[in-house]
Amino acid sequence: MDDSDRIIIDTTTRIFQDLGAPQMIVNSGDDSWKAPLWDTLEEAGLTQTWTPDDLGGAGAGIVDGFDVLRVAGEYAVSVPLAETLLAGWLLARGGIVVPQGAMSIAPVRSSDRVNLAADGALSGTVRKVPFASAVDRIAVLAHRGDETVVALVDTADCVITAGRSLSGEPLDTVCFDGAVPESVEPAPEGLDEAALFQMGAAARASQIAGALRGILDMSVDYAKERMAFGKPIGKFQAVQHMLARLGGETAAAIAAAGSLADRIARSDSFDEKVFLEVASAKIRAGEAAGAGAGIGHQVHGAIGFTDEHVLHRYTMRLWSWREEFGSESVWAVRLGEMVAARGADELWPMVSAQ
Amino acid sequence: MASVIQFDPIQLPPEAEALRVEVRAFLKEEIAAGTFDPQTVPMTDGFSREFSRKVGAKGWIGMTWPKEYGGQERSFLERYVVTEEMRAISAPTRAHFTADRQSGPVLLKYAPEEIKRDVLPRIVSGDCCFCIGMSEPDTGSDLFAAKARAVKVDGGWQLNGSKVWTTNAHHAEYMIGLFRTSPATADNRRHGLTQFLVDMKNTDGITINPIRFMNGMHDFNEVVFEDAFITDSHLLGEVDAAWTQATTELAYERSGPERFLETLYTLVEVIRALGDSPDRRSAEGIGRLVAQLHTMRRMSVSVNGMLQAGKDPMLEGSIVKELGTNWEQALPGHVRELAAFIDEDAGNRATLDELLHHATMVAPKLTIQGGTTEILRGIVARGLGLR
Repeated sequence: MDDSDRIIIDTTTRIFQDLGAPQMIVNSGDDSWKAPLWDTLEEAGLTQTWTPDDLGGAGAGIVDGFDVLRVAGEYAVSVPLAETLLAGWLLARGGIVVPQGAMSIAPVRSSDRVNLAADGALSGTVRKVPFASAVDRIAVLAHRGDETVVALVDTADCVITAGRSLSGEPLDTVCFDGAVPESVEPAPEGLDEAALFQMGAAARASQIAGALRGILDMSVDYAKERMAFGKPIGKFQAVQHMLARLGGETAAAIAAAGSLADRIARSDSFDEKVFLEVASAKIRAGEAAGAGAGIGHQVHGAIGFTDEHVLHRYTMRLWSWREEFGSESVWAVRLGEMVAARGADELWPMVSAQ
Repeated sequence: MASVIQFDPIQLPPEAEALRVEVRAFLKEEIAAGTFDPQTVPMTDGFSREFSRKVGAKGWIGMTWPKEYGGQERSFLERYVVTEEMRAISAPTRAHFTADRQSGPVLLKYAPEEIKRDVLPRIVSGDCCFCIGMSEPDTGSDLFAAKARAVKVDGGWQLNGSKVWTTNAHHAEYMIGLFRTSPATADNRRHGLTQFLVDMKNTDGITINPIRFMNGMHDFNEVVFEDAFITDSHLLGEVDAAWTQATTELAYERSGPERFLETLYTLVEVIRALGDSPDRRSAEGIGRLVAQLHTMRRMSVSVNGMLQAGKDPMLEGSIVKELGTNWEQALPGHVRELAAFIDEDAGNRATLDELLHHATMVAPKLTIQGGTTEILRGIVARGLGLR
């Protein structure tokens, strides 16, 4: 990690500490914290981490963006930061200048498809678009005949049917029929729905890693403070071992997400090496999310599942994030099929290739 | 503070990847020549002097050690690649592995010059097997309660007491053993233990009794010392202060790829048995296990990369061993479930069953040897600031 990585991590941490602290959000009881936090993130260029400077971005790297998402995950804040980063990334692939403001991306399910007609209008309905109803624009991967294009669409031109994720965040159905994009550019070779899906899964893996770190810190602190039977519960071996397991799950998610970010940063395309990293990270981080959320709650006892405590902000998001851009099962079937097709004797060469 | 957990995304350097190609070619040749069979080694004790000498001739034992003692002065990441390639294909490395991993490094650090010049080159050539004398009948995880004692006598030390669960004592040329030289003190219960190098082949007063595993295999032994005499030059490090040395040795023992690859052969074999287009249930099962394997390996490579860079990833190393050994222990159970619907007469089903039976029987030891899960979780809890 060099100094510029450190600066981005420190800046992101400071902004979330000051303006996105979970306890402050719980205490506020409303959304009044959202605008100041978002404006500050935008001013710092963090919402454009994946946009090159000639397209309006901050000119930071791929790994920087994943760092930002991991740190944001440590605060489990409900803002469309990952979605805006992904949109900036997609628009930049098409060479489209990235506007300010919150964005999302579509499609986010591999079975959904958007078409662009010769008259310049889009058609198609995509489901489970995160934050669609809360953002200004959506970056869309669409098909114009045989050509794949990147398009930027104003959400005011779409018909959005509200949906909710487990954690209460917008997960909306977006009908693009008749919407005319603000910009359309050809997508580069190799950029397709599968690639977008992988990038989304990678973003969620980083967020999960961050949120688990948040839960680990919070659970360790709580175990040191909470007294029972005359001593802090963290002095009981049973509790120590639970927290050690939480440490292990958190470590697995951090390592998987970090390895994936590094691989994407080193790759020109979404090849098999990237696929292995994405699938592994989304599966392993998803498993860690389930196990880690469970341990976090067990350590906190009754207070942990109350509305007033911050823990649920983390655990509910973990339960949502592990579903989005492919659950463990979805990725495991794909990875398993790939491994089987390559054959038993290719397993080790594949795993040891990175 | 929990946030200290860190796993740098290490890429192995080009020289390590070049070495991997060499190691694979060597292993392929040895398999073709019949030196070992990857499908049967797991069911043996994996002990082959012939194979170890060939590995030694390649320069792959003690490869990180100084050239003056026969080493190659190569990096820990290069050694990592050699180790993982051998483990992944179940090569029979047991005759040299303990010496290569931990005994040699202990000698390098603590043995007198004459011992280093005598013993290290023999380890490097694959001619010298080591065993570890830590556990005793009444002290396993509670290592620093060891009772086997060493008493200072004219010209050396006299050893009495016994060690148990001593893997390969019946093969080994040497043991590095932990012996009590003073009582523990009130303020440091770990005080009073000393490490010695014991010549297992040329010392009177040593009896080795086999202790068979539940599957009939002979790996463990009981080693009884009755007035066994060793010379002063076989004292390793400081008298009464072995607890720091033994802890260092355990760090070597805990951070390698062998801590998650022990039952990998069951996964390879079930993938073979399920064929190139498995049903969805099987594909999901394979996919999950491969994701877990890949993540474990990336964690392990990361810890070794951090070690190579001079960092001290104590917490991360303990986490990797805790997760890795629990994973390799659970693996035969997952493979068993995946194998449930494979036709009894299908291609390699018989081989798979045989390997699976074996792996199921060795699995319990994986979370006990080299530090139990409970000990490791205690270390992790301490690293998290809970102790």
